[in-house]
Order: sequence, then C-alpha cells, then structure tokens
Amino acid sequence: MAERLHRFRGGLELPGMKEAATASPIRVMPPPKRIVLPLSQHIGEPAKPRVAPGERVLRGQMVAAAEGVISAAIHASTSGTVVAIEDHLVPHPSGLAAPCIIIDADGRDEAIEPVPLSDWENRDAGEIRERVRDAGIVGLGGAAFPSWIKLSGNRDQPLDTLILNGAECEPCISCDDMLMRERADEVISGARIMLRALHARHCLVAVEDNKPEAAEALQAALAKFADPRIELVIVPSRYPQGGERQLIETLTGREVPHDGLPLDIGIVCHNVATAAAVHRAVVHGEPLTSRIVTVTGGGVAEPCNVEARIGTRMSELIAFCGGYRGDVARLIMGGPMMGFTLRSDDAPVIKASNCLLAGTAEEFAPRRETLPCIRCGACADACPASLLPQMLYWHTRARDFERVQEYDLFDCIECGSCDLVCPSQIPLVSHFRYAKTEIWGKNEERAKADNARRRHEARQARLEREAREQEEKRRRKLEALEKMKSGDAKKAEIAAALERAQKRKEERS
Amino acid sequence: MNFNQAPAPFLKPLTSVGAIMRQVLYALVPATIAYVWFFGWGIVIQMLIAVVFALAAEAMMLSLRGRPLRPFLGDCSALITAVLLAWALPPTAPWWLAAVGVIFAIVFAKHLYGGLGYNVFNPAMAGYVVLLISFPQQMTQWIAPDFLIGESVRLSFMETLQAIFAGFPAGIDIDAVTAATPLDHLRTQLSQGAVIQEITTHPMYGMAAGHGWEWIGVFLLLGGAWLMYRRVIKWQIPAGVLLGLGGLAAIFWFIDPSTHASPLFHVFSGAAILGAFFIATDPVSAPASDKGRLIYGLCIGVLVYVIRAWGGYPDGIAFAVLLMNMAAPFIDHYTKPRTYGHERP
Ligand code: SF4
Ligand code: SF4
Repeated sequence: MAERLHRFRGGLELPGMKEAATASPIRVMPPPKRIVLPLSQHIGEPAKPRVAPGERVLRGQMVAAAEGVISAAIHASTSGTVVAIEDHLVPHPSGLAAPCIIIDADGRDEAIEPVPLSDWENRDAGEIRERVRDAGIVGLGGAAFPSWIKLSGNRDQPLDTLILNGAECEPCISCDDMLMRERADEVISGARIMLRALHARHCLVAVEDNKPEAAEALQAALAKFADPRIELVIVPSRYPQGGERQLIETLTGREVPHDGLPLDIGIVCHNVATAAAVHRAVVHGEPLTSRIVTVTGGGVAEPCNVEARIGTRMSELIAFCGGYRGDVARLIMGGPMMGFTLRSDDAPVIKASNCLLAGTAEEFAPRRETLPCIRCGACADACPASLLPQMLYWHTRARDFERVQEYDLFDCIECGSCDLVCPSQIPLVSHFRYAKTEIWGKNEERAKADNARRRHEARQARLEREAREQEEKRRRKLEALEKMKSGDAKKAEIAAALERAQKRKEERS
Repeated sequence: MNFNQAPAPFLKPLTSVGAIMRQVLYALVPATIAYVWFFGWGIVIQMLIAVVFALAAEAMMLSLRGRPLRPFLGDCSALITAVLLAWALPPTAPWWLAAVGVIFAIVFAKHLYGGLGYNVFNPAMAGYVVLLISFPQQMTQWIAPDFLIGESVRLSFMETLQAIFAGFPAGIDIDAVTAATPLDHLRTQLSQGAVIQEITTHPMYGMAAGHGWEWIGVFLLLGGAWLMYRRVIKWQIPAGVLLGLGGLAAIFWFIDPSTHASPLFHVFSGAAILGAFFIATDPVSAPASDKGRLIYGLCIGVLVYVIRAWGGYPDGIAFAVLLMNMAAPFIDHYTKPRTYGHERP
C-alpha cells in the first residue's frame, strides 16, 4: 500500500530532545491524594456532573456524562470522596479557572467491576463505538476530540484507510514512543478493534524514523497478531510530520480538502495512544482514567515518562519526578512548538496532557528584539500549509482582516514553523491567533447584528404590508366610485391608446 | 508554584537578520580579493568610505526616527548597502561619490520609505542610479586591469588613496590607467560599425567577457552558490536573471553573431552575476513567492539585455532591478501560491 512515501511541503528539521525522558521505562505513578477533574477536557460541550459533593466514587466510575453530540464522559481516576464541584485552575492557554470535580482519594484505589467486551470480534460497529464513547476516550495526541465520533466512518463512502499516528514529531515529547516500545500489543489490538468499528480496509501505523525501538516493538506485535490488514510505515522525521494533514500527505500523497475532513478522502486518523485506550476499554472494560505523560526539560530532576492518573496535579507529577531543578523559567503543557505555558503547577493532568515541560531560561531564551519583516520568505518556505505568513503578518498588522482571510488565515495550523525560522524573530503565530480571535469576534458581532437586522426588517415588512393593504382597499373603493361616475371613460382610454399606436407606426416608417 | 506565561513556540530562533546579512558579506570576500588582484586597492577603500558614511547615516536616521540603535545597526543591512554600492563604483572614483551615493541610499531610499523592510527600492541601486545620472563622467571612468597598463604604472595603495581623496597624483596619466570596460568598449565599437569578431580580438576581452572581469565573475558565482547552499538565498532569482539575460542574448547571438555578443559575454560582463546573486536577491524589494521570484528574475535578465542592447547605458542591472522593484507588488498579487487543501487552479 504505502510502497512510496510522499513529502509534505515545508516543515523543519528540529532537534529531538527526547533522549532524557526515553532513557528509563514508563514509571507508574500511584494515585495522588487529590484528584481534580475538569468538566471540559475535550473538544465540544463540557460534561455534566453525575455526582454530588459527599458522594463516594470508585475508580472507573462515570462522574460526569457526555452532554450533547460532541462531548465526552469523565471517570473518577481513583476511589475517594467528591469534596467539591467548583472552579479550579485548568491547563488552558488563558490561565483561567473552570468547573472541576474534586475528589479526595481514600488511598484504597478501588475500581468498579470491569465489563469487558471480550467478544468484540462478533459485535457490530455500533456496540464498539458505544463502548468507546462510554469509556470517555478522546484523541490522546493532544487534540482531545471525542474518539467515538471519529470511529463512525462515512455512510456514503467506504472507508479506505485507518492511519495510526505514532509520528510524534514535536521535540521533547516521547509518551507515544514509550507507549509503542512497551505496549505495542495494545496499540495493534486497538487498531484491529478500530478497523472493525470503521469497516476500513486496512491500517497504516506511521512511526518516525527516529524511533527504531518503537518500530521494532510494533513489528513484533504485528507478527504476533498476523493481521495482514495492518502495516507499519516508517516516515521521515520532520516537523510537523505528526500533523494529521501532513501525515496523510506523506502516506498517500493526497490532500485533505481545506474545508473538509480526512473522512472526505476515505481516511481516518487516530493517535497510537488512543488505539491503546480503545483496546483497554473494549478488551478489559477499563474507562480512560490514566495516561502517559512525558515529564521533561532541564528544570525537572528526573525526566521520564509517567503513567499518571487523569486529574493529578502537575505539582505532584513533578514531585514524583524528583521535583524541580534549577531555575525554571516556563512550565509548558505540550511541546515547545505548539504547547502553552501554565500559570501555575496547580493545574491537573487532563486527557490532552501529553507532555509537561519544565524549561530553564537557557533552554528557552526569551525572544530578542523583533525587527521589521524583511520579506525574506523563510516563513513561507517552512509553512506546511503553503501559506505566505509574511503577508498574513502584514495584513494582520494593518488590521485588514478581509485580506488576512484572502490569504487563507484559517488554513494555518499554528505549527510555529514560520515563527522559528523568521530572522526578524517576529512572533508570527501569536499574530495569527490574534487575527483569528478578532475575526471570530467580528463574526459573532455580525451574527448578532444580523439577527437584530432581521428582526427589524420583519417588523418593517409587516408595517409595509399593512400600509399596502390599506392603500389597496382605498384604491378599490375609489375605482368603484369612478366606474359609477362615467361609463365612457373606458372608451376614451381605448381611443387614446389606438391613437398612440398609430403615431408610433408613423414615426418608424 | 507560579510561572510566567508566554506564547509558543518556545524554541530558540534559528537565525537572525544580522546572521543572514553577515553571510552575504562573507560570500563577497573571495570576489573582492579577486577584484583587488586585478584592479588594485580601490574597491577596498571605496568600501571603507561607503561603510563609514552608511553607518553614520543609518545611526542618524534611526535616532531621528526614535528607533533603538543597537538592534538595527546589528542587522548589518546598512553594511550590505554600502558594500554593494562600493562594488558598483569605479575603484578610483572620488571619495565623495561613495559618500553621496550611500547617504542617498540610506536616507532617501531606505529610511524615508520607513526603514528596514519597508523600502520599495533596493537602496544600493537607488544610490547608484542617482550617482550615474548626476555624475556620469566620474561614474564611468573605470580603471583598467593591471595587465593592460603594465606593472610599471600600477597604482600603489597610497597612490590609489590619493586618487580617491585628492585626485590623481601628478605624473600619472589618467588615460593611461583608465580604460573603457569591455561592455562600454563593445558598445562604442558596435555603434561605429565594427563586428564582434574583430572587436573581441582586443586583449581586454580575455577568454569570454573581459580579462579580470570573468574571474571576478567566477568568484561571485562561487559566493552565490555558497549562499544558496547555506539557504540564505534561493535559486529562483539568480537563475531567473541569468536565464533571462543569457537566453535573450543567445537568441540574438544565434541570429547574428557579428553584431550581438555571446550569451557567455553577457553573463560574465558588467554587474550581471553580482546583480543576479547579490542585488536582485535583496528580499525586501523582491516578490514574496518562489514563482513570483522566478518571474521577477527573468524580467530583470530580459531588461538588462534590452538596456545593454538598445538603451542609453552600457549596463542595465541597476535600472532593471529598480524597474522590477516597482512591479513586485503586482507580481505578488498574481503569484499567490496554492494553499494546502485548496483547489488546484
Ligand atoms: S521569515 Fe520573518 S522576516 Fe522573513 S518574510 Fe517571514 S515574517 Fe518576514
Ligand atoms: S504556524 Fe501557520 S503560517 Fe506558520 S508555518 Fe505553521 S501553518 Fe504556516
């Protein structure tokens, strides 16, 4: 299938910076004393609490249910007592607090009775999807989109390929790498379950060529399962290879329509960790209550990968890794390209937390003074979306948001490549995010204004209609009067018309 | 524990404007040495004059405009303007020529348009054209390569210095040490009805495009190739210029080689290679996209040929670049690349 790889446009060769955290095996962290579960850990509507303060919960028990179509359930990640449902700092770029379920652990870590779907091979797709949904599984690569929706396939078009994304292209992050090394069986088993749910023909597991151990482990797992539909593909290490659209281009040479989904070209993409979570939910009946987090950076004493309970606060996670070391300048959730800084380490690990990066000042130099754009085009060369970042920047600065959209601002995936190569060291991505929020704000305003206008217009129309009707009535009355007054009027009119026609004829000849 | 917040990406920037500009300067070193070898110390002195005045003008304009000095002087862009202008001057031109040119370039062509990144025209070329129009005599008094005049009359460093700052020293016959450049010579000879084959028997023509000039051309090519290797510049503009110029020259040469010089001559003479790799590649005043840059380069090449063949000046790089600078926004508009996932046109 993927005998020939393609090359996505732009991108960068970045240093891996993954050695420190991959030197030792995954460490399993015991449940912390306190669990903080944000109700919104995923894309879509926040989940709705199903428990009340004072209630005792068990590990794996659903504490908040999915609300609406795009949403995901949340489960207690250890046993204990719900102490509050209140605002708590969450890992979000805004640095704000949001509603969370707070659980005090009782240290017994009792779990609910798991209900495996062990004969999944005979179950139909709907049942598997339901299971994935009820397990609260979301995309674990960082996007956190509810996974069961992406297991639905497309009714009109047979699904061709399931892609398992194990590229993990961003520097510093190694949680998928370690997962594939140590739990390759779970990944491949998850792939098989997903294939069944999707009715897809085959599956490509993509791993960057800087992870030979992971590739080897996956190969061994593939040999074990001997499923001819699943194939391992080694892709070149190049940022952002793990971007969904870039990976699809590498593997198939095809582009996802800018206003569409991979599904539109018969492809569905899931992260390898999501596949492992699906395996656990289906085969073992375990909902998603933990994930592997890379804890790394020069500011942490023992960089490593930790399997941590969802809801573990970052401070405790760091403490488990030996605590801080030296002068930590930034605490980042995610990688150094697309992550965001945390205001405080009081924020909890959520389903999307793939990496916690404690960076020292030397590692991540504060930006030097920005110079004007010299139009060198380095940003355009690096852009995987074939945008012209310098033009986007120019028009953003001029606040010409129409032009910004003409230059396809909304196709920017915020990968940060342009930013990094800019010799003038302009914070390009920040500008693009700003432009996006401005435009969203404007659109919202416009929608509001449109509503108001529509209401106004409806009223206007009603008034006009009423006026017209009255006018009509008055006219009819008048006409009736006229008719009565003179029966000759009509004849005179006809004569006049004939005369006019005659005249025109003469003029023409 | 609390931390400062900042926007992504967090990795250190990979390069800086200063680093890029410095590499352009390094790339000019071998060709400058060749220049000194063939034409004496003049160019080095011109460079020093131009650099001093450029930095002074830059500093003055920055402080007038209330800009910080350090980052903007550190970007080395004024240095490039000065060095490129020095390359365009006759090596023994009087010192004030370089001063006037570079001050015009920095003050008018650069800062009055808004400074680094906002200039519409290539500053060095704008300065050069102003000099060419205002002081045509001084601008075309080109020193002859050493071998033509013989070791005996070769200007020493001190004599060159004197020529530049105080006029040619007494006892040195200006006509003996200066000579028309091959481009100039060819042009006048052709207008007098001579044919190429006999004109080029003159020893100044060297192997292809003028003794000395061709070697400088080779070293400029090497410097340009290194810049491409370092990814400071990309191939589109240089290739466009050389293809446009060489291609058009080839067509006419093919039609009538007795009145049209060979493409090799055109490419290696005058400022063609310097222009292709070091002048037209100035990103600020060039189009943004790859395709746009190729078109831009081709047009410059074609214009250079047209000016050389039918225009009023022996060389046309400066005019061609300035003309195409004006067309850059227009080219940009029509060469927007196709965004990922959008319809192929
Ligand atoms: S990389 Fe920076 S300086 Fe170069 S064109 Fe892009 S925005 Fe301008
Ligand atoms: S951040 Fe946006 S504009 Fe910049 S390289 Fe990535 S996709 Fe292109």
